[in-house]
Amino acid sequence: MTLLTYFKNNIYTIFGLILEHLQLTGTAILTAIIIGVPLGIVITRYKRLAGPILAISSIFQTIPSIAFFGILIPFLGIGKKTAILVLFLYALLPIVKNTYTGINEVSDFMIDAGRGMGMTNIQILRMVELPQSLSVIMAGVRIATVINIGTTTIAAYIGAGGLGKLIFTGIQMYRNEMILAGAIPAALLAIIADKLLGYIELRLTPKGLNKKK
Amino acid sequence: MITFKNLTKKFGDFTAVNNLTTELQSGETTVLIGPSGCGKTTTLRMINRLIEPSEGTIYINETDISKTNPVELRRNIGYVIQQIGLFPHMNIAENIGLVPYLKDWPESKRNQRVEELLDFVGMSPSEFYYRYPNELSGGQQQRIGVARALAADPEIILMDEPFGALDPISRSSLQDELLEMQDKLGKTIVFVTHDIDEALKIANKIAIMKDGEILQYDSPEQILRNPSNSFIEEFIGKNRLLKRPEFIKVKDILIKDPVTIIPERTLTQALEKMRRQKVDSLMVVNHLGKFIGLTTANDVLENFDTAEKISEIVKTEVHYVGENSNLSQVLSIMAQKQVGYVPVIDENNNLIGLVTRSSLVNVLGKA
Repeated sequence: MTLLTYFKNNIYTIFGLILEHLQLTGTAILTAIIIGVPLGIVITRYKRLAGPILAISSIFQTIPSIAFFGILIPFLGIGKKTAILVLFLYALLPIVKNTYTGINEVSDFMIDAGRGMGMTNIQILRMVELPQSLSVIMAGVRIATVINIGTTTIAAYIGAGGLGKLIFTGIQMYRNEMILAGAIPAALLAIIADKLLGYIELRLTPKGLNKKK
Repeated sequence: MITFKNLTKKFGDFTAVNNLTTELQSGETTVLIGPSGCGKTTTLRMINRLIEPSEGTIYINETDISKTNPVELRRNIGYVIQQIGLFPHMNIAENIGLVPYLKDWPESKRNQRVEELLDFVGMSPSEFYYRYPNELSGGQQQRIGVARALAADPEIILMDEPFGALDPISRSSLQDELLEMQDKLGKTIVFVTHDIDEALKIANKIAIMKDGEILQYDSPEQILRNPSNSFIEEFIGKNRLLKRPEFIKVKDILIKDPVTIIPERTLTQALEKMRRQKVDSLMVVNHLGKFIGLTTANDVLENFDTAEKISEIVKTEVHYVGENSNLSQVLSIMAQKQVGYVPVIDENNNLIGLVTRSSLVNVLGKA
């Protein structure tokens, strides 16, 4: 009962925090898409770069989030800026890697057919490689988003805001209803984001490719 | 016309194509054939500059293609590959209309062309226009592949083992369709295959390649009849002629001195001649050797009491063939007309020989 009462009394605060949470995750993911997808494409063209770039992105993901915040705070201080940078770096690996894998998986004879018919390199990318790898890239975005919604919760610890704020404050004050008021929406956000992006992924799979599965 | 001049392609130390100089005629189907690694696909792919030669030049209608824009060049050359290479994320219409799209045709013209081509390859536009490649059988897919190559009406079409991945029945019917198409359109087709049967079926000219060189470049008939060396003989197969009766000429198998009689002889003389020569029929010719007809032992016996001279009973409505006809024509006459012998006659109506069932058995026995 206390949980419901708490929700009722703090509905605006909670919604504000949800928006803040989404804003943090969203900014990081969008930046990661804007940088990660082209980066993934570039390393399919310059294969020598692929190893190092994927290795670096995977190191970012290996560092525990709290430690990562800790490393950056001396340079960037606490707050949203540091949080978004960490979230962005976390999101990079799945997006770069899936873009790279997705485009690499397009068969050579598809590229050959395109080139043989007189497509330019840009047209091959736009009309052959991207459409055929879009669902794989989208799967990367989905993984990155779900991970990031979780990590954003921890970002509250360094003063970035979001639903984590309720959880951490609740822990300090021994108030379970407060903890849950942060934890339940955060969990729901992750689940909804996963389902929604999964649906988009399916829709982005070209019709002709769908039926094989 | 496609001209190769001292065309060479090296991959590292490996010479894939070695100093080719040859001409591929316009409006003909030229088949490049040979064992794997002979350089046939490399040669093909140099024509649309998917591979650049190490040395030498290719001219299309006297234009050096290395001086053209490769993207433009490819848009003006049809290209069909073995894996079909239809784009799975595009529907049939989009696949066929791709080169016109790349060439910026207006949409209405593009759509009209797509419908035209679907009709042309025997697939109803209303049924297939919006379908996707994976909803089609392999044979249907490659029909679309061919339609796509024809879309912008290119003069040259390159086909890289286009029917290699199909089942034998689809393959054979697509070959037939290609022949029909060629009769109507007369494109310059360069066709790579490793299947000699396919080559013999569709080619105007065959270039047999080995180790990057063309060993023999000739009509299918010449290659079968006069293979230039033992490799080619081996490659086309020793018993190849048997499978292709149209390549066996009548003049090579006829009996040269058939037993003849002139029409002025009597029936008794005819019977006597048959008995002596151990035959059951006689070719009737005049004293100049011109063919008149034939008569059989049965005819002679049936008319023995009523007729006197051969001229009265000779059968002049006889199915005969010219000396340049081939075995398959003879076989079809024998089968359709139910006859056991077919006289062979030159253009001046001289009897020059005879093909009988037993002479056929001799030919087949030898081969």
